[in-house]
Amino acid sequence: MDRVSTQQLATLPIEFKLNGRTVVGRPDETIIETAKRHGVEIPHLCYMPGLRPDGNCRACVVEIKGERTLAPSCCRTPKEGMEVTSDSARALLSQKMVLELLLADMPEKQYRKDSELDQWARRLNMGLPRFKARRQPRADVSHPAIAVNLDACIQCTRCLRACREEQVNDVIGYAWRGEHSKIVFDFDDPMGASTCVACGECVQACPTGALMPAREAGLQLIDKTVDSVCPFCGVGCLLTYHVKENVIQFVSGKDGPSNHGRLCVKGRYGFDYVQHPHRLTQPLIRKPGAKKSVDIRMTPGGWREVFREASWDEALDLAAAGLQRIRDADRAALAGFGSAKGSNEEAYLFQKLVRTGFGTNNVDHCTRLCHASSVAALLEGIGSGAVSNQVNDVANSEVIFLIGANPTSNHPVAATWLKNAAQRGAKLIVADPRRTDLSRHAAHFLQFNPDTDVALLNAMIHTIIDEGLANEAFIRDRTSGYEALKENAKDFSPEKMAPICGIPAATIREVARLYATSKASIILWGMGISQHVHGTDNARCLIALTLMTGQVGRPGTGLHPLRGQNNVQGASDSGLIPMMYPDYQRVAAPEARSRFEKFWGAELDPKPGLTVVEIMNAAYDGKIRGMVVMGENPAMSDPDLEHARAAMAKLEHLVVQDIFLTETAYLADVVLPATAWPEKDGTVTNTDRMVQLGRKALDAPGDARADLWIIQELARRLGLAWDYAGPKDVWNEMRGCMDSIRGITWERLERDSSVTYPCENEGDPGQPVVFQTHFPTATGRGRFVPADLIRADERPDKDYPMVLITGRQLEHWHTGAMTRRSGVLDAIEPEPVASLHPLDLAQLKAQPGDVITVASRRGSIALYARADEGTPRGAVFIPFAFQEAAANLLTNPALDPFGKIPEFKYCAVKVAKGGARPADPGYGKGRSLALTAGA
Amino acid sequence: MTPVKALDAAAHRRMGPMDDRASARRARGKPKGRGVDPAARAEVRALLGADARRRDLLIEYLHRIQDRYGSLSAARLAALAEEMKLSLTEVFEVATFYHHFDVVKEGEQAPPAVTVRVCDSIACEMAGAADLLNKLPSILGKDVRVIPAPCVGRCEVAPCAVVHRNPIGNATVEKVKAAVQAKAFQCGEPSYVDYARYRKFGGYRLIADCLAGKRTRDEITKIMEDSGLRGLGGAGFPAGRKWRLVAAEPAPRLMAVNIDEGEPGTFKDRWYLERDPHRFLEGMLVAAWCAGVGEIYVYLRDEYAGCRAVLERELATLKKNAPCALPPIHLRRGAGAYICGEESAMIESIEGKRGMPRLRPPYVAQVGLFGLPTLEHNMETVHWVRQIVEQGAGWFASHGRRGRKGLRSFSVSGRVRKPGMHLAPAGISVRELIEEYCGGMLEGHEFYAYLPGGASGGILPASQGDVPLDFDTLQPLGCFIGSAAIVILSQHDRAAAAAKNLMKFFKDESCGQCTPCRVGTAKALALMDEKSWNQPLLGELSQAMMDASICGLGQAAPNPVQSVIKYFPHEVQ
Repeated sequence: MDRVSTQQLATLPIEFKLNGRTVVGRPDETIIETAKRHGVEIPHLCYMPGLRPDGNCRACVVEIKGERTLAPSCCRTPKEGMEVTSDSARALLSQKMVLELLLADMPEKQYRKDSELDQWARRLNMGLPRFKARRQPRADVSHPAIAVNLDACIQCTRCLRACREEQVNDVIGYAWRGEHSKIVFDFDDPMGASTCVACGECVQACPTGALMPAREAGLQLIDKTVDSVCPFCGVGCLLTYHVKENVIQFVSGKDGPSNHGRLCVKGRYGFDYVQHPHRLTQPLIRKPGAKKSVDIRMTPGGWREVFREASWDEALDLAAAGLQRIRDADRAALAGFGSAKGSNEEAYLFQKLVRTGFGTNNVDHCTRLCHASSVAALLEGIGSGAVSNQVNDVANSEVIFLIGANPTSNHPVAATWLKNAAQRGAKLIVADPRRTDLSRHAAHFLQFNPDTDVALLNAMIHTIIDEGLANEAFIRDRTSGYEALKENAKDFSPEKMAPICGIPAATIREVARLYATSKASIILWGMGISQHVHGTDNARCLIALTLMTGQVGRPGTGLHPLRGQNNVQGASDSGLIPMMYPDYQRVAAPEARSRFEKFWGAELDPKPGLTVVEIMNAAYDGKIRGMVVMGENPAMSDPDLEHARAAMAKLEHLVVQDIFLTETAYLADVVLPATAWPEKDGTVTNTDRMVQLGRKALDAPGDARADLWIIQELARRLGLAWDYAGPKDVWNEMRGCMDSIRGITWERLERDSSVTYPCENEGDPGQPVVFQTHFPTATGRGRFVPADLIRADERPDKDYPMVLITGRQLEHWHTGAMTRRSGVLDAIEPEPVASLHPLDLAQLKAQPGDVITVASRRGSIALYARADEGTPRGAVFIPFAFQEAAANLLTNPALDPFGKIPEFKYCAVKVAKGGARPADPGYGKGRSLALTAGA
Repeated sequence: MTPVKALDAAAHRRMGPMDDRASARRARGKPKGRGVDPAARAEVRALLGADARRRDLLIEYLHRIQDRYGSLSAARLAALAEEMKLSLTEVFEVATFYHHFDVVKEGEQAPPAVTVRVCDSIACEMAGAADLLNKLPSILGKDVRVIPAPCVGRCEVAPCAVVHRNPIGNATVEKVKAAVQAKAFQCGEPSYVDYARYRKFGGYRLIADCLAGKRTRDEITKIMEDSGLRGLGGAGFPAGRKWRLVAAEPAPRLMAVNIDEGEPGTFKDRWYLERDPHRFLEGMLVAAWCAGVGEIYVYLRDEYAGCRAVLERELATLKKNAPCALPPIHLRRGAGAYICGEESAMIESIEGKRGMPRLRPPYVAQVGLFGLPTLEHNMETVHWVRQIVEQGAGWFASHGRRGRKGLRSFSVSGRVRKPGMHLAPAGISVRELIEEYCGGMLEGHEFYAYLPGGASGGILPASQGDVPLDFDTLQPLGCFIGSAAIVILSQHDRAAAAAKNLMKFFKDESCGQCTPCRVGTAKALALMDEKSWNQPLLGELSQAMMDASICGLGQAAPNPVQSVIKYFPHEVQ
C-alpha cells in the first residue's frame, strides 16, 4: 500500500456491510453514526452525541463477523470489508436483555415524559421485565434547582461525562462498585450540600429523568419552544425557552457557536424573574412632594407612598416635557444612560435619541464601569476594542494566560472551554489575588498581591527581553515604539518585582518563557485588570506582551477581554459611549461627525460627552439637571453610592425605563415599565463579536411596553419624526452606518441565530480571528505603550487596614435586580456575604456566618462573613448585588485617567465583628423554594 | 407534603419572610461543599512529604492514610484531594471502589482497629468459612471487625482467615482468637532465595549478557516462540509473539506485570514469589529488554502483604547492587479488587483510578498504561523465561501429555489429600492430577466434579475427568483452564451450590461499569436462589452476559450457571 498521511486516512471512505447492505462509513465515524446516516436505528442509552462515547450500557451491541463477542456500535469504527449485523437474533437478544435488565429496576413513578429507556423498549416491542427489582435508593431533593431520583438511574454516566468532561465542574462521580455502584456528588453528599454549581448539564444529559429540574417542571406539557440568547453574561449562550401558558417552564441549552449546548445556573434556572410580582406593569409618576431620599429602603408594596400609577400618554408627556424644558434651556444639562442589558437596536436608538433629540453626547453606559480602561488601551495600541480571538479558540492554544478574571463565576461557560483546554494538556496560567476555582486546573497559579499587576506584567516583559525571547520579526514588521518599552522594562527585573507582587522571580520567569515560546498563547482578562486607577496601564502591559512575542493574529493566540454584560460589546459598538458614534467613529473627528450629521439628518454636538462618573459628579454639582436611564441601575452599580444617589436625587427630572422598581427608579420622576429580554425580539453581541438574535417567547405583563417603542415615543415627543416598525428597521439603519456589520442581514440572523463580525459584505462568513496581517490603526502597526508603577488611590492604613475587592458571584448578576428575584438563584445565595481568609476571620474573633461590619471612609455595611481560603490575607471580597448591604457604598470613585473607570477592585476598609443583620429585601421566592424543596 | 411542612409553608406565605434567626441559618459561612480542615491538611501533607502529587499515586496515598489512621476520614480525603489538585469526587470514587479502604464520613463510626477477613470463596467455603463467619464476631467482640472477603489466594490451607495482615491457614476459631490476642497482625516471612543466593547460582547473568550485547533480542524472542510459552494469567496469549507486537509499536513503551492473582482457587504466583522472587524479576527484565520497554510497573495484590515485604526488600537490594543497567521499576499495591487482575482494569488502577476495564480495541499493546504501548504479563509467565532460555525451547516443549506441550502450575484445592501448587505436564487429566500429584481424594470423599479454571472456567462432572487439561482443550465442553486453578468437589458438595458461590463472587467483584455484568450478575444470583431454576431465562441472560459484557469477568460469569444446566440439571430441577 502506498503511504498516506494519517489525515488522509481519517477521511478515506470505508465500505462495509451493515445488515447485509453495503454502506460507506469513515474511519473517524462510529458504526452507530454510520448506521444512523443510512436509516438504521440501533438502540442506545449511554451514547449521546456531543459526549465522549463510553460504551457502558451495551444496548447498542452489534455482531461483527469473526469476532467472539458482540461490539458496542457507539465505540467501534468500521474496517474495510467488515460485516456488521445489528438486527440478527443474537444481537437483538443482547440489546433487549440490556433494556430488560434496566427496566426491571425502574420505579413506577415517571420523572420525565417518555424516558429514552421507555422509548427503546417500545420500539423493540418489549414486554414486562421478568426480573425482580433492586432495592431502590432514596430521593435527594436537597437542591433548589435539581431533583435527584436515583431509582430511575441506569448508571449510563452521561451526567458524569457532562459534569466532568464537558463542564469540568467535577462534582459527579461514580462511586462504590458492582451493584452498589452509584452516581454521587462529591463524597456521596446531598446534591444541595455538595460543590455542585447547578449548571444543569447533567439534567440535560440524563436519559431517564433520574436528574430533573426540581418541582417536576420537566413533566409539564409545553405549548411552544422559542430559541433565544441568554440574557446574563457576555458569553452569549444560545438557549431554548420551553413555554406553557405564557410562562417559561424550563430552559435548555442550544447548540450555539459560543456554548455548544452548555449553560450555567443563571442561564438555565434564572428565568423566573420575568414573572416576579415586583414587575412594573404600569407607568408611575412621582407624587408631588415625595422626597428623593439617598437612604434607599425599598419595601415591596411601599412604592405607593412615592408614586402613583398613570397612563402611558400622561407619563410619556410628562417625561418628555421635563426633558424638553431642560434641553431648551441648556442641552448640555441633559444626559442619558443606556444599558448593556438591552439589545443593539435599543442601544443604537437610545444614543441616537440623546445625540439628535437632546443634542448632546452625554450618553454612556456600564461599559464605563467594566472595561473602559481595556478598551482605551486596546484602541490606543491596536486600534480596536473588541477581542482578537474567540473564547473557544483556546482549543488551539498551548498556553492560556488568564489574569484578573474569575470566569467560573462570571463567564461560566467560557470557563468550560478553558478547563477543556487544560484537560487536553494546554498550560493554563491563572494570575489573580484571589484563588478561584480555576486555579485547580492551572499549571501555574500566581496569587499576586492586589494592585501589583503592572509589577508582575512588566517583570514578564523584562524576562522576555532579558532572555532573548522577543519575536524580533514581528516587532520589526508590525509594531512601533518597542525601544521605549525596552527602555522602560529595564527597571522591572523579576528579582526586583518579586517582593512587590509577591510572586517568586523564578515563577515569573517560568511563565514568561512559557507564554513567549509556545506555538500559540492567548491572554484573557477581566475586571481585575480594568477596574483600577491603573487599569489602562494594566491592559497596556498585556498588549505589549502580545505584540513583543507576536502571539496575535493566529488561531489560539491574541487578546480577549472577557466582556461582562450580555450586550456590552454590542452597546459599545452601537455608539452608546460619549466619545464615539457607532462603530467607534470618533465624535471629535470632523469627518465622522459630518458623516453622521448627513446620515441622521441632524446637527450634532462636536464636543465628546461626559462619562458615567463624570455625569454623576456633574449632576451632584447641578450641571446635569435631567436624565433618562434605560435599564441601568447606577444607584447600585456606581462607586461611592452615597454620592451617586445624592447626585441622582438632585436631578430636576429623572426618567427611568426598567422592568423593576430598581434603586435608581426609586429616585425617578417618571418610571416607564419596559419589557424583559424574553418578551421582545432583538440582537445582542457577545464577547466573541457574535451578533445573536433573541426571540420573543412571552407577552409582557400588564401594560409594560417594548423598550424600542418607549424610546420612539419619547423621541416623537421631543420632535423627532421616527417611524421604526420594529428591531429589523433599526438594524437595517445600523448596517448603513456600521461597516463591521454591514454584511449581516436580518434574514441571516433569523436563519443562523449567530453571525460573527467583522462581516462587511453579505455572505461573508465573519472573522473569528482578526489582525492576521495588520492592525486597524492609521499605520497598520500595533503600538507599544510602556507603563510605570502607579499604586491604588486609597491604600490601607492604620484606620482602614484592609483591602476591599468587589465583584460578582456565580448566582447573582450585577446589581441583582433580575437574579435576586429568581427563585432558584435566590435560594442558593439568599444573603449578602463578605469573604475573608479564615485566619483573618479568626483574628476578628468571628465565626463563619457571623455578621460583620465593613466600613470605608465613604460608608458602612453589615453582612455575613464567609470563610474562604481563596481570599488573600488582609482582603475582603464583597459581591455588589446585594441592595441591603451594597458594596458600592464603600467603593472609591477615583478614576483611571484614560478609561475613566472607577477603582472598584481596591479601596481601604476596616472590618469588625457584629452589626445589624442585613435587612430583608423582600424578594421572598428563594425562601419559599427552600421550604418546598424538602416537601 | 407533610402537615407540619404545609403549616410552615402557609405560615411563611402569611407572615412573609422568615425571621432573622432563620435567615441567618441560611447564609452559608463557607464556599459550597466540603472545605478542607487545616488539621487534616497538615496530617496529609506530613504523610505525603515531598513526594510527587501525581494522579497515578492516588491509591498509594490512600494506602498511606488508611495504614496510618485505620480508615479514610472525609476530612483527610478532602485534604488529599486538595493536595493532589483533584476534585473531591475523583478521590471518593476511587477510595470507595477498593475493598481495603474504609471511607468514614462525618458522624460515622470508624471501623475497629483490627479487622479479620474470612475468605468465603469456593475452597474456603467448602472448608467451613461460614462457620467461622458465624462464630468469630461474638467470640472476638466489638473491638474486632469480622468480614467476609473474596479469595485471599491460600486455598491450599482453606479455610483461611486474615487477621489484619496475618493469614491464618486451616483457620479455626481458636487459631484466629489466639492470633488476635497475641496481636500477631503481620504476615510471616517465607524463606526464599535472596539476591545473593540467586546471583551465586548464575542469577542475572542472562540479563547482563543481553545488555552486554552477547544475546540478541531476536534470538531470545525466538526461543520464547519455539518453547510455546503462553501467558499464564488465563488468556494464554503466546509470550514471544506479545514481545514482538509491543516491540513493533513506537517508543516509549512500558511494561506492566500482573500479580493481582485473584481468581478463586489460584495461588501459584504467590507460591513462586514466596520462594524465588529474583527468577521472576530477571525474567521480567529480559522480557522488557526484548520488547524495548523503558519503564516497568509491578502491580501486586494487597492481600499478598508477605510478598510485598519480600519484593520491596529484594527490589531495593537489586537496585543497590544492580547487575546491569536497570529500567525504573515501580512496585504498585492493589487495594482489594478482583477486577484489577483484568489487564486493562489493572492499568486503570496503576494510573490511580477505579479499576474499570477499558473497551478494546485499542489493545494494551498499542494503547496501554498512560496511553503508551504496554507489554503486560502475568508474573508466572516471566518467571519461566530464564529457565527456558538456559535449558532451551525444546526442554519446555518436551513436557506434556496427550499431545499437549509444556508445564502447567496447577493450584489444586478442595477435597484432595495434598492440595497445593503442583507443577505438572500440560494435558494431564484431572484424575491423573489427583492420583499422581495430590495423593488421591480425602478420606470419605469421592470425586464428583471439578472446577478446571477457577471461578470463571466452569464446572465439569467426574465423567469428564479424563480430558486433557490445557489451553484450548476444554472449550468444546463450555469450560476453560484459565489460570489452572483446579477445585475438586466430592459427593458431599453440590455443583449448584458452588455455582452460587461463584456468582455471588462475580456479583461482589463486578466493577459495575456495564449493564450485563453489573445488573446481570445480581439478577442471575437472585434467579439461582430459587429452588428450581428458571433455566430458559438464565440461559438468555447468560447469553447476553457472555456476548455483551465489556470484559472477561462478565463474559465468564455465566460459565458455572451454564455448566450446572448442562452437566448437573438434576440439582436444580
